[in-house]
Amino acid sequence: MSSPPSPSPTRWFKALRRTRIEDVCLKSGAAACAEVLKRARAAFRAGRTAQDSFRLAQLEALVRMLMEHECDFVDALGRDLHKPRFETVMSELMTVKSEALHTISNLKKWMEVQRIERSWATAFDECLVVNEPLGVVLIIGNWTSPLQLCLVPLVGAIAAGNCVIISPSETCTHTAELLHRLIPAYLDNECFHSVVAAAHEIPEMIDLKFDHVFFFGDKENGIKVAQAAARTLARVTLVLSGKNPCYVDSQCDINTTARRITWARFHNAGQSAVAPDYILCHVDAKDNLLQALRCALLQFYGTDPRESRSFGRMVNEEIFNKAKDQLWRSGKVFIGGQVNDMERYIAPTVLTEVVESDPIMQQDVFGPILPILTVQDAEEAVAFINSREKPLCVYAYSSNDKAISKIMNETSSGSFCLNDSVLQSVMVGMPFGGVGASGMGSYHGRYSFDAFSHKKSCLLRTTRIECMAYLRYPPYEDRNLSLVSLASSLNLRSQGWCTIL
Amino acid sequence: MQDSYVATNLATKLDDCFVRREPLGVVLIIGAWNYPLQLILSPLIGAIAAGNCAILKPSEISQATEKLIAELIPKYLSQECYAVICGGAEETKTLLENKFDHIFYTGSQSVARCILQAAVVHLTPVTLELGGKCPCLIYGRLDMKAAAKRLVWAKFFNAGQSCVAPDYVLCTAETREMLLPFIKEALESFYGSEPQQSPDMGRIVTDRHWNRLVELLKKSEGKVVIGGQSVKETKYIAPTVVVDIKESDALMQEEIFGPILPILTIKSLDEGINFMNEREKPLALYAFSDESQVVKTVLERTSSGGFCSNDGIAHMTLPGLPFGGVGASGMGNYHGRWSFETFSHKRGCMLRGWGLERVNVLRYPPYTESNLSWLRWATTAKKKGWASCSVM
Repeated sequence: MSSPPSPSPTRWFKALRRTRIEDVCLKSGAAACAEVLKRARAAFRAGRTAQDSFRLAQLEALVRMLMEHECDFVDALGRDLHKPRFETVMSELMTVKSEALHTISNLKKWMEVQRIERSWATAFDECLVVNEPLGVVLIIGNWTSPLQLCLVPLVGAIAAGNCVIISPSETCTHTAELLHRLIPAYLDNECFHSVVAAAHEIPEMIDLKFDHVFFFGDKENGIKVAQAAARTLARVTLVLSGKNPCYVDSQCDINTTARRITWARFHNAGQSAVAPDYILCHVDAKDNLLQALRCALLQFYGTDPRESRSFGRMVNEEIFNKAKDQLWRSGKVFIGGQVNDMERYIAPTVLTEVVESDPIMQQDVFGPILPILTVQDAEEAVAFINSREKPLCVYAYSSNDKAISKIMNETSSGSFCLNDSVLQSVMVGMPFGGVGASGMGSYHGRYSFDAFSHKKSCLLRTTRIECMAYLRYPPYEDRNLSLVSLASSLNLRSQGWCTIL
Repeated sequence: MQDSYVATNLATKLDDCFVRREPLGVVLIIGAWNYPLQLILSPLIGAIAAGNCAILKPSEISQATEKLIAELIPKYLSQECYAVICGGAEETKTLLENKFDHIFYTGSQSVARCILQAAVVHLTPVTLELGGKCPCLIYGRLDMKAAAKRLVWAKFFNAGQSCVAPDYVLCTAETREMLLPFIKEALESFYGSEPQQSPDMGRIVTDRHWNRLVELLKKSEGKVVIGGQSVKETKYIAPTVVVDIKESDALMQEEIFGPILPILTIKSLDEGINFMNEREKPLALYAFSDESQVVKTVLERTSSGGFCSNDGIAHMTLPGLPFGGVGASGMGNYHGRWSFETFSHKRGCMLRGWGLERVNVLRYPPYTESNLSWLRWATTAKKKGWASCSVM
């Protein structure tokens, strides 16, 4: 099956001008959502998602959808984000596929009832933790990785036995339309739906009452989502973008560091919530780092990145203008800095002499711009990082154990990665999520399953063994209380204490 | 507290991937008045274990305990890390304007909404332990005497003021007729023929709560078959059982939280299950039956924070079991290891080396078809035992 090559800049742009947004017809808004929510609830109540066979079938269908329509997805993401085919396949399609396959092979195990240690008073009882689905889950996708950020949580929600309504980002119209068309063709039509809504319509959608809301996006909208969820007591998982610091030590393999940072910062033209946002470079490493970055950029995108088929564009005017503004009003351009308004192109740019008050340090960066600040040592880097809100990721590049320890142990973030970036956010076995201002809850693999389940504790007793229980009944006597206290203390050393209660 | 290691895969064999549990920071624990010590100290244990500092706000309604906690905590715990703040609704509101790293609240749904609204502004995660009407389904073959004893114990413990007390009973008319004499018998054996004289029968916490309960009983259209007496001066309400209750009855409109047990009649197990499912998910759901199939059906077809068969309240006393609500009965859980997890942040950590750069090179631009093919091959998840490879 031959796939279309990555769109060349001029071809892509001509295609963009041809497509009119009105051509794309989507179910949108809160009204449409109310209708599908009703259907999803009915399907859930009828128990459609209860069996593991159903969930496995849906997950397998999802994998088939990705494989059979790879060309369509590459095309859609190419139109929306000018995403090179390589990036679409690796960071969007393969990520979701890995997640789905991992979930498929582990689902039965995850669904098993967990048996809890029994004490001698509950020796005749069964103590279990059962994983129950929550009901109907709302997943709000994001434009930076429109497929992955919708479908990876979807895998978890399906695995946990919920019905799901996904809301792919309206910013990526072609991807949203494609998902909207394909989902009913592959997944159960009553349980899973797709609705597109503008950012301001989302709180209204949440007010319709969901059992769990998953949101990946910026802090401002995250708070609005959380406020709407609070009104209906819906649980939330929020993964919020912020400024991810990246410390580069004087002791590190500078060339590899530069290559890895370059890859992480400039893929998808810098439009990523997990890319290193700014570098805190050790004063001794700065010059080497800058040279190494220059080499890496040349190696990756050639002398004119605008001609490179491996480099993307800004998704829309708003993001483009914001990035341009940050670029022009912060620090000094060391590499890059060129822009092209017609194509919404910004060259991969490295800024030096950046200070904390610059616009680029005050807002999230969604563009191929890498500001570099200088620090004296790891200590200063830690102080800088801790003076700001807890980010989604903290990165450090170093071979020095002391510096590594310092950065890892004295900062707090959603996740941490040493000597690389972004990878820790796609590992299926690791929880990915934020803390503090970068969000709450986590997902991926087993953690997704847990996020979208309710752990119901169950104690199954029998009425036949009444002998123990009588000690707890009134009339309360000191003698009984002593016996119970004794029994409790006896078991303190072994696992679980005794409850004769 | 140990880091949990994650299975590595093809490309990350030389790396360390683990999850570490980090403290969140400063935790606010808001207690309740019905079990004023347990509901504030049990979460505190979890918060301390996870490495946080904590601020305690005991319930102002249970005044004597509040005073005692405020006096003793600074004497035994580090004064820099743990503090007690006393106050009512206004003071709590002001307290909530501050940013906390986690808020733990036990109490009512209406207050919970206010707390959530205050918390989201700071993006503070919240654990809510709320109540709800915990149904108790009694069906099929069962040892009536033992069941009645356990039901009575669970219901009238603390004069019915437990978030996990069986709020109402669903059973068939025949079961009810057989059950009532055993309930009477159990009540007599626990509290004697004059429960008001028994030192073991509790009282209602405040006049306001007493008035609410007496009003509910008055408005109810059911028939009082046991108890019904109340004394305002001592805030006493007799252990009361009311039958012939309809869904629209006053006693079915809100959580009772008192020593009044309504019994509703159902004709079949399905009817009982549907009745429970039409209502909000409760904190606890009880099923009394000696038929394991009945218990299994109720367990599988209903949803609640916790479930217990042939007993009441007991499931929340085991530290190995997570205690928490779902839906309207709350979010999050605690007890034992679950508390530790609630008050920690699971931080995914990946420590890479400089090696394997030759493999890494595959992911860098300029993108080529052959690199893509290699990566595709490498990332095709293997069967059991392998976490998926991400060379990405």
